Amino acid sequence: MALLVSLLIGVMVTCGVYLLLRARTFAVVMGLIMLSYAVNLFLFAMGRLAATAPSLVGLTGAKDVAADPVPQALVLTAIVIGFAMTAFAVTLALRANSELGSDHVDGAAPDSSAKESAE
Amino acid sequence: MNAALLPIIILLPLLGALLPVLAIRLGRTASAWSAAALSGIALGLLLTLVPQVFAGETLLYRLDWLPAYGLNLALRLDGLGVLFALLILGIGLLVILYARYYLSEHDPMGRFYGFLLLFMAAMLGVVLSENLLLMLIFWELTSLSSFLLIGYWKHRADARQGARLALTITGGGGLALLAGILLLGHISGSYELSVVLASTETIQAHPLYPATLVLILLGAFTKSAQFPFHFWLPHAMAAPTPVSAYLHSATMVKAGVFLLARLFPALAGSELWFYLVAGTGMVTLLLGAYHALFKHDLKGLLAYSTISHLGLITLLFGLGTPLGAVAGVFHIINHAIFKASLFMAAGIIDHESGTRDMRKLNGLWRYMPHTATLAMVAAASMAGVPLFNGFLSKEMFFAETLHHSWLGAWHWLLPVGATLAGVFAVAYSIRFIHDVFFNGDPIDLPRTPHEPPRYMKVPVEILVALCLLVGIFPAWTVAPLLASAAASTVNGTVGGALPHYSLAVWHGFNLPLLMSVIAIAGGALIYVLRHQLFALHARLFRPFDAKALFERQLEQIIGYARRLTALLENGSLQRYLMLLVASAVVLVASGLWGSPLSGPLPAGEVDAVTLAGALALALSAITTTLWHRRRLVALIQLSVVGLVVSIAFVRFAAPDLALTQLSVEMVTIILLMLVLYFLPQQSPAESSPLRIGRDLLLAVAAGGSVALLAWGVLTRPYQTIGDYFMANSLSGGGGSNVVNVILVDFRGFDTLGEVTVLGIAAIGIVMMLSGLQLKMPTADAAGRPWARERYPMILAVISRPLLPLALVVAIYLMLRGHNMPGGGFIAGLVTAIALILQYVASGIAWTQQRMHLDYIKLTAAGVLLAALTGLGSWAFGYPYLTSSFGHFTLPLLGEFELATAMLFDLGVFLAVIGSTLLVLANLGKLSVLKHTLKEER
Repeated sequence: MALLVSLLIGVMVTCGVYLLLRARTFAVVMGLIMLSYAVNLFLFAMGRLAATAPSLVGLTGAKDVAADPVPQALVLTAIVIGFAMTAFAVTLALRANSELGSDHVDGAAPDSSAKESAE
Repeated sequence: MNAALLPIIILLPLLGALLPVLAIRLGRTASAWSAAALSGIALGLLLTLVPQVFAGETLLYRLDWLPAYGLNLALRLDGLGVLFALLILGIGLLVILYARYYLSEHDPMGRFYGFLLLFMAAMLGVVLSENLLLMLIFWELTSLSSFLLIGYWKHRADARQGARLALTITGGGGLALLAGILLLGHISGSYELSVVLASTETIQAHPLYPATLVLILLGAFTKSAQFPFHFWLPHAMAAPTPVSAYLHSATMVKAGVFLLARLFPALAGSELWFYLVAGTGMVTLLLGAYHALFKHDLKGLLAYSTISHLGLITLLFGLGTPLGAVAGVFHIINHAIFKASLFMAAGIIDHESGTRDMRKLNGLWRYMPHTATLAMVAAASMAGVPLFNGFLSKEMFFAETLHHSWLGAWHWLLPVGATLAGVFAVAYSIRFIHDVFFNGDPIDLPRTPHEPPRYMKVPVEILVALCLLVGIFPAWTVAPLLASAAASTVNGTVGGALPHYSLAVWHGFNLPLLMSVIAIAGGALIYVLRHQLFALHARLFRPFDAKALFERQLEQIIGYARRLTALLENGSLQRYLMLLVASAVVLVASGLWGSPLSGPLPAGEVDAVTLAGALALALSAITTTLWHRRRLVALIQLSVVGLVVSIAFVRFAAPDLALTQLSVEMVTIILLMLVLYFLPQQSPAESSPLRIGRDLLLAVAAGGSVALLAWGVLTRPYQTIGDYFMANSLSGGGGSNVVNVILVDFRGFDTLGEVTVLGIAAIGIVMMLSGLQLKMPTADAAGRPWARERYPMILAVISRPLLPLALVVAIYLMLRGHNMPGGGFIAGLVTAIALILQYVASGIAWTQQRMHLDYIKLTAAGVLLAALTGLGSWAFGYPYLTSSFGHFTLPLLGEFELATAMLFDLGVFLAVIGSTLLVLANLGKLSVLKHTLKEER
């Protein structure tokens, strides 16, 4: 299980970072979301994966291993804050697109001046 | 008790620096008076303490500040401190009076006095500090405030450049001093002067002593304009003359020699000290005296003369003998008095005739005899003529150079050098007087000179009177001050005995007297031969402009910095992100390097269902990336990733996380689809294969290192702090859902911060959306027009009955959250989704007609409710956010529990609804607005 989860986190980070390095804002935002999934999963996995029962007091049976509540609490707020960040970033992308006339992360595509003059 | 006056003496000008700035509204005189009153009061307070110090006491005041770092607000008043504080406040008072008449109508006087008081406070802090770190802070403050004063006429380029030069040199020296003081504190084990001055042997025997000494001397020499750092001082003459009189004769440059005197007991006496300090002093003494003669600018002559006299004082301390230190302290007093009066006289001449060029200024005796007399007395003192105060200390200086044995066979170097410097001092003093007041008639003066206003001369008269009084009756005037200051210089902490010295004017015929006679005769001779010497000097020395060199160097350094910045920052965010990721990879990889990858734990079994889920996750993540240019498709793939992550949370016993992730997932995807509507539907294929390869490599490196990190952690045993929360959740927080109890109770303050951030982000988004101009797409990427039918009937019909059901579910989740999976975050998100569904299904107008909610107010109310719940516990005397709970029984419903944490959770609930809807409804409104506009057209 440890191997599988590590590999999954690795795949998600790889995809997230690749998207993060793209030139268009929308891809960057998607990369950011992917990266937050990966980070949340990573944080969550730090509480180990052996649990068979949620961290509810009094619910855990004799054979059950209760989950570690601390990483869960951390991840829960991270998910919500991640949403706020995504919303902010994507609105910024929207505004930048309308102000700069391009959704390139650098404000203008490298060859935009050439394109404009051609038009 | 009396020592408690010390901080007041410093604080008066420090806090009072604002007073003249405010008082200028009442007029220039009021501004000057306020400055004078502040320094006058400080001087009065100081005088009340003087008798105690003269009686041999050292007053100490201490207030712990950062005791762990050895930094305390510790002040000290001993003989040396009294001497300097008197000079700073006394001459400061005279300068304030003088500046009132010197500054013109156009000069902002309030600012001038403000800066001056600030500088005065900084100087007082330097000389009254017991703690060396505290002294360093004030030392830096003198550099900064003198920068402001030198650059006071900010419209003049030379003032700005001179100020910058001074700040760079003295600021750089300050850095060296910081290092030196830290070393000194390290060696002696304390930053308190009392301790440092008492550990002479420890310090001088320590292997770090040479480094410490060099660093501290760098600080002192830069401040005191010693060779080779002397060149900033002449350029600082761009300041108004009162500033020059104050900073560049009596105080600021004296801070360097003050430091030599202050640390004399701890550092002096070694061979290294002698060669460094006395050597530098001698070179500076001669260099300054020589150059002073060849300056045609009145203030330039005085500047170089100041450099030379500071060299003399440095040389005296450098000798390392007690008598040398006594002479050094004495010359500090005398130089401050005569140089301040000379600068003021030069300022009067400049002010009344319009020039400072000695080739034009001639024969002013006829126009301003009174000023001329005053200047003559001060200049005679500078030259070391008998019956004037300068003579006494210079005589002591000559005598000291005679019996010094360090140099062995070269012992004659010191007296010869001293006499030579004396010759030049006499020559430039004669030049100052004869060229300006006699020597024919003035040549094209901009103004017809006349005597200055009455009160402009008063400060000069007072100082000149002091020159005479000290010069003629030293034993009755300066003796107690000198004795007390010299004793604390030589002996440091304890008021020990001083070697015998005599302050008499007449010591009989001896070698020092002969040296004085040679100096006076030689100086007169040189002055007579000056024209030939000027010509020779012009032939020998090409004019060398240190400032231009400095400016060039500065330009060059700035150029390098610009090129380096351009190299790293080319303005491309894409590139910064790449560098950021690359550095993160390097950091993680270097941290992992060398440690074994796997821990001892087994990897664990994988069941078929989990494997299938993992494959789905990996597949959708990879397809998201592969298809990222077709944005809508990629977005759908991304939502699959989020969905599988939610399921993973269920699989690994985290129902709260699964609920949160699922609802956030929906909100996020709706948000992105709304935004995508306004953005291009496709990304152009613009990355070169090279860039794709590089990014792929970097991404794989990043993913690989995170995977290794996760693997490394997961195969190692761990200990959790979770057991504490599990054990205390029910008894301490009154809830059995530990995750929720952590959020609303144990770590409630974090959660409060988080909902606040959520609210701020939402309001920031609203701000970004206001006034947004968007291009409205009419067709999708494939060229198909958008559907005219905006609100699908089936969705609308289904969504309406869904709303109350969804709200009931939300309330249920909210109420049970403390004990079972649920809680404010989840309930808030579920409610938000239920409401958004109405917007999507029936449109904004329809929804808003039926629902009157101000989302900004809702968000604010939620955050406030959470914050106030926390405050409530204060009312009962508990720390912030302490929760309490109780069990109640109601008929029909049975027993239930109420906790204040639920009130807090309600705040979270409201804030989450408010901010989520604030974002989505505002984004959605954009499209509606555009559509309506279009249809109207």
